[in-house]
Amino acid sequence: MTGIYLIFLLLSLVCALAGGNTHGLTAALLEGARQGVNLCISLAGPVSLWCGLSSLLRETGGMKGLSRLVGPLLSKLFPQAWQSMEIREALSGNFSANLLGLGSAATPLGIRAAVAMAGGQDTASVELCRLVVLNTASVQLLPATVAALRASLGSTAPLDILPAVWVTSLCSVAAGLLAAWGFSKWLR
Amino acid sequence: MAAIIDLLIPALLAVLCCAALAGRRDAYTLLITGAGEGLSLLKTIFPPLVILLAMVELLQASGAMTMLTQVLSPVCRLTGIPPEVVPLVVIRPISGSAALAVGGSLIARYGVDSLVGRTTAILLGSTETTFYTVSVYFGAAGIKRTRYTIPAALIADFTGFLMASFTARAFF
Repeated sequence: MTGIYLIFLLLSLVCALAGGNTHGLTAALLEGARQGVNLCISLAGPVSLWCGLSSLLRETGGMKGLSRLVGPLLSKLFPQAWQSMEIREALSGNFSANLLGLGSAATPLGIRAAVAMAGGQDTASVELCRLVVLNTASVQLLPATVAALRASLGSTAPLDILPAVWVTSLCSVAAGLLAAWGFSKWLR
Repeated sequence: MAAIIDLLIPALLAVLCCAALAGRRDAYTLLITGAGEGLSLLKTIFPPLVILLAMVELLQASGAMTMLTQVLSPVCRLTGIPPEVVPLVVIRPISGSAALAVGGSLIARYGVDSLVGRTTAILLGSTETTFYTVSVYFGAAGIKRTRYTIPAALIADFTGFLMASFTARAFF
């Protein structure tokens, strides 16, 4: 992570110096930090609600049902993590919430799985990398935010992009997983 | 379909509460215990989020985003991504809210059913904010070495951009 942020920082500094717009850089940093807090606060409500719902799901056995439903696919992607019941349920919940386009529900479950899969180590395992790539590529059946955006801008059929979104989503997830698999073999 | 989703969550809550009662568990206690866990989870994603957004703001203020847009324009022209969408391609993996703002203005300017408008919508719907996901997940899990995750995720993003402009042409 340090490497990425170092690239961000150096890129910003070089661009600012080259473009001559160095003033306001510190203000921008502070403004970003303020936005980070705002984002966290606006996430707090939904995340807490979803955590409440997922604890209900867990305790009533709903998570077990869910993991049986998506198990055939996920157990192949995460054979090692699938051994643990706790991770299995978190992965299944994360995957299902992503499918429904419920980002703020998917994140807490995905993080729960990631924390358990990391197990205190500071190097990401192959399966943990796979989980993060899967979440960055987003498998979504119903892109609710975009549909709402299109509707608000006057689209009469905001959901007519669905087939295109599915094909695109599937291709990008496949490319990400394939790339991750290739890198894991190649950089061993 | 949107109506079904709207009903899904409240209905799920009702079913789960009934299931909890049937198992002689107090649904309300379970719900608030879970909600409490949400707050401690939020505490783990708070630091990476603040740092990420500070860096993103710096990238934008320094003109690095504009520079990246200029660098990527010729590449995108070769691959058939409409030039108008390039700023969105640059911002999409980095900032979710900025991508939504850029996307909204693109759709408004070129029209919901134009090629640019459709490409924008498909792109927004089928990709995620890569750096947000990576920093939050790895930040919360205490991972320092992310290995090949970011290159692989960016390959996924780029495939998404390509396919968005392709499907916007092919499907309509």
